[in-house]
Amino acid sequence: MAAVSSMSKMYGLCFHAVRQTAGLKASRLLQRRGFRVTVVQLQQPFDSSLEKPQFPGASAEFVDQLEFIQPNVISGIPVYRVMDRQGNIINPSQDPQLSKETVLNFYQKMTLLNTMDRILYESQRQGRISFYMTNYGEEGTHIGSAAALDPNDLVFGQYREAGVLMYRGFPLDHFMAQCYANADDLGKGRQMPVHYGSKDLNFVTISSPLATQIPQAAGAAYAVKRENINRAVICYFGEGAASEGDAHAGFNFSATLECPLIFFCRNNGYAISTPTNEQYRGDGIAARGPGYGMLSIRVDGNDVFAVYNATKEARRRAVAENQPFLIEAMTYRIGHHSTSDDSSAYRSVDEVNYWDKQDHPISRLRHYMTARGWWSEDDERSWRKQSRKTVMEAFERAERRLKPNPELLFTDVYQEMTPSLNKQRESLWRHVQQYKEHYPLDLYEK
Amino acid sequence: MRSSWQYSNIIQQLTTINPYKSHICCCLYRQKVEFNYSICAFLFCRNTTKIQPAGSQLARVLSILHFFNLIGSPKGPTQKMNLFQSITSALDNTLASDPTAVIFGEDVAFGGVFRCTVGLRDKYGKDRVFNTPLCEQGIVGFGIGVAVAGATAIAEIQFADYIFPAFDQIVNEAAKYRYRSGNLFDCGNLTIRAPWGCVGHGALYHSQSPEAFFAHCPGLKIVIPRGPIQAKGLLLSCIADKNPCIFFEPKILYRAAVEQVPEEPYTIPLSQAEILQEGSDVTLVSWGTQIHVLKEVASMAQEKLGVSCEVIDLQTILPWDIETVCKSVVKTGRLLISHEAPVTGGFAAEISSTVQEECFLNLEAPISRVCGYDTPFPHIFEPFYTPDKWKCFEAIKKMINY
Repeated sequence: MAAVSSMSKMYGLCFHAVRQTAGLKASRLLQRRGFRVTVVQLQQPFDSSLEKPQFPGASAEFVDQLEFIQPNVISGIPVYRVMDRQGNIINPSQDPQLSKETVLNFYQKMTLLNTMDRILYESQRQGRISFYMTNYGEEGTHIGSAAALDPNDLVFGQYREAGVLMYRGFPLDHFMAQCYANADDLGKGRQMPVHYGSKDLNFVTISSPLATQIPQAAGAAYAVKRENINRAVICYFGEGAASEGDAHAGFNFSATLECPLIFFCRNNGYAISTPTNEQYRGDGIAARGPGYGMLSIRVDGNDVFAVYNATKEARRRAVAENQPFLIEAMTYRIGHHSTSDDSSAYRSVDEVNYWDKQDHPISRLRHYMTARGWWSEDDERSWRKQSRKTVMEAFERAERRLKPNPELLFTDVYQEMTPSLNKQRESLWRHVQQYKEHYPLDLYEK
Repeated sequence: MRSSWQYSNIIQQLTTINPYKSHICCCLYRQKVEFNYSICAFLFCRNTTKIQPAGSQLARVLSILHFFNLIGSPKGPTQKMNLFQSITSALDNTLASDPTAVIFGEDVAFGGVFRCTVGLRDKYGKDRVFNTPLCEQGIVGFGIGVAVAGATAIAEIQFADYIFPAFDQIVNEAAKYRYRSGNLFDCGNLTIRAPWGCVGHGALYHSQSPEAFFAHCPGLKIVIPRGPIQAKGLLLSCIADKNPCIFFEPKILYRAAVEQVPEEPYTIPLSQAEILQEGSDVTLVSWGTQIHVLKEVASMAQEKLGVSCEVIDLQTILPWDIETVCKSVVKTGRLLISHEAPVTGGFAAEISSTVQEECFLNLEAPISRVCGYDTPFPHIFEPFYTPDKWKCFEAIKKMINY
C-alpha cells in the first residue's frame, strides 16, 4: 500500500507540473483575438430558390454566350513607386516622411551590404571561401522591407536577403564566420556560404531547396496568429521559386487558413539563366494573388520607399485582419546568380549596365539624400572608406579563425545523441588517430 | 540493465524514498517515461485485451517484466478502444494539455476518413482541428512552420501512399532543420501521422509501407505501433519528442482489435524494441501488422517443428533498437525479418546487415528476409504478394535445417 500511495503522490506531482506549464501557455492565449473570416466570401451559401448557379465551388451569374476568359484579363498590374529614377518624390502624399537619421541608416546598410558583397565575391574568386552569392541591385528590396517590419516578425528567407539580416543588426563578424564556416559560425560550419540564420534576430536559417520556406512561413504565421502577440511573418522568394509546387501550397494554405503573412517576391528577372518569359506566361507573380483570394501589389523594388510603404501597410493589415499579402517587387539581379555562374552567357552587358548605372536602388536613394543636402561627396568618400575598412577587418578576423570542432559533425542530428551516432563518432576518432597525417586536424578547434 | 533485480530495486525505492527522487529513478531506467505506472494494481497482458490482477503474482510480474516496456497501467481508468480510438484518445489528451497543439490535414475536421479525429474539432475549436487544402507538401511544410514557431503540430497525411509529394519537406527540411541551423531552429514539435500498410483491397496506392524511404534520412524518427495500447503510448511519445516524427498507423488494425487503453496520457519509449515472446531457436523481427503474423508463425513453429521463437516488435524503425535485436540473435543464432514492403532496399536489409556485422560468429544460418516482392503492391494478387504465415513458416524450417 505504501507503494501505491507514494506512486499516487508522484503522480500528483507530475500532474501539477504539467498543469503549471499548461497554465502558463494558456495565459498567453487568453487575449487571443477572435478568428474572423476577413477574406471576401466568394462562395455563396446554398439557396435553391435562387435562379443562380448553386455549385459549391463558385457562384456568379449564368451566361448564354460562349466566351473564354482572356489570360490577360488581369494583366498590366501597375508598378507602385514613390520616387522617380532621379530620387524625386512623385506624389507627396506617398512620401513616408522618414527622418534624416533613418534614411541615412537605409543608405549605409545598402552600401555596406554592397561592400561586403564585393569583398566576399572577390575572396571566393581568390579561393578563400568556397562559394558566394551577391545581392547587387536588390538592396532596395531588402532594406525597404526589413525597415517596415517589427523586429519580432519572423523572417523566412530564400538566400538572397542578406540585407534584411544586416538591417536587423547581424554583425559583419557573423556574416564572415558563416561564409568561412569557422568556429564562430552560428550554424556550426554545416552549410555552404550565405546560409545565414539568427534566432535572436528572428531570421530562420536559410536552406538551399527553393520555395520550401513558403508553406513553412504559412504554418509559422498560423502559430503566431494563435499566440496573438502582434507578430507577423514575412517570406521572401524569387520569381523562379514561385514556380515550385511549394509556392502554390504556401499561397493557398495561407489564404484559406487566414495567416498574417507577407509574401515578398523579389522578381529580379532571372532564375540562374532562365528569364521570366520562360518562367511564367501570366502577368508576373502579383497576378496570381487574386486566384488565391489574396491581396496583392506590384512595387518598384529599386525604390526603397515604395518597398517600405507597401510592406508597412501589408504588415499592418496582415496582423489586423489575419490575412496574407503578396508583394511583387520588380528589380534586377545585377550580379551573376552565384560564383558558380557566368551571366554573360545568357544576357547582354548593355542590359546589366542599364540597371547598374541608370536604375540602381542605391543611386536613387543617394539622389534623394543629396537633393536634401543630407549627403555630400565627402560623406560618400569617407563612408566608402570606413565601410570598406570595417568589412576588411571582419574579413581578416574570420579568416584567421579555426574551423569548428569536428565533434559538431555528429551533434544536432537529433536533439539527443543516439547510440548509433555515438558509435560512428568514436569510430571516426579512432580512425583519425590512426591516420592523423591524412586529416587537416590543425585547422580545426580541439 | 533490464534485469528483474532492477525492477525490484526500483520498486523498493518507490516505497522508501521521496516521490520526486523515485520518479527520477523511473525516468533513468525508462529514459522517456513521463508517466508513472502503478505496478501493484494491474499488469497489462500486452497482447490480449485482458487485464490481470497482479498483486498476488508479483513474483511472476518481476520475472517477465523485462519482456515488457510497460511496467503496468498508468493510474486511472481504462476504456475499451480499438486502434483508431486510442489515436483519438492520444490526440484528445494532447489538445487538452497543450494549448499550442493543432491538428490538421485533409478531412480531419469532420473526424478524418479513418475516424481518428472524431469529435475533436467540436471539443477544441476549429482553429485547433482543421482541414487544409488537398496538398501533402503544403501539409508538411505548414506543420514544419508551426513547429518552428514553437507550437505543437500534428499533421495527418491521408494515406502513407500519398506522402511522397511531401518527401522534400520531410527529408530536406524537417529532418535537417536542427542540424543545418546549428540548433538555432528546429521542428521537433512536428508529428506526421499516416495510415500505412496492406488492408486487403488497397492495391498500389492504399497499401504501401514506405518506412524504408524515410529510414535513410538521419534526423527523423519513424514509429509504427502494433495495437491500441502501443498506438497511444507511442504517439504521445512522438508528440512529446523533440525531433520530427513520422507515425505510421497500420490501417488494417484500426478496427481489428479492442484493448483496455488507459484514458490518461502515458508514453512508451521510442527506439526501444519489445520482446513479445521469449524463445531460444529463432529470432523473429517485425513491426505493425506483420508482428501479428509472426506471433502466429511462432506458435506454428512451436507446434509443428518444436522450434522456440523469440518475437520482437521493433516499434521504432529509426533510430532502431540494435541492442535488443542483436542480444536476441546472439542467443538464438537465427534471424528472420519480415515486412510488407518490397524486399530490395527494405528496412529488413538494414537490420540484416547490422546483425551480420554484430553477430557474425553467432549465426547458425543465413539471415532470412520474408518481405513483399519487388513489384508494386498488387490488387487482386495480394494473397500471393504478402509475406504471410506460410512463407514465414517455410523460412523458419529452412533456417533450422540449414
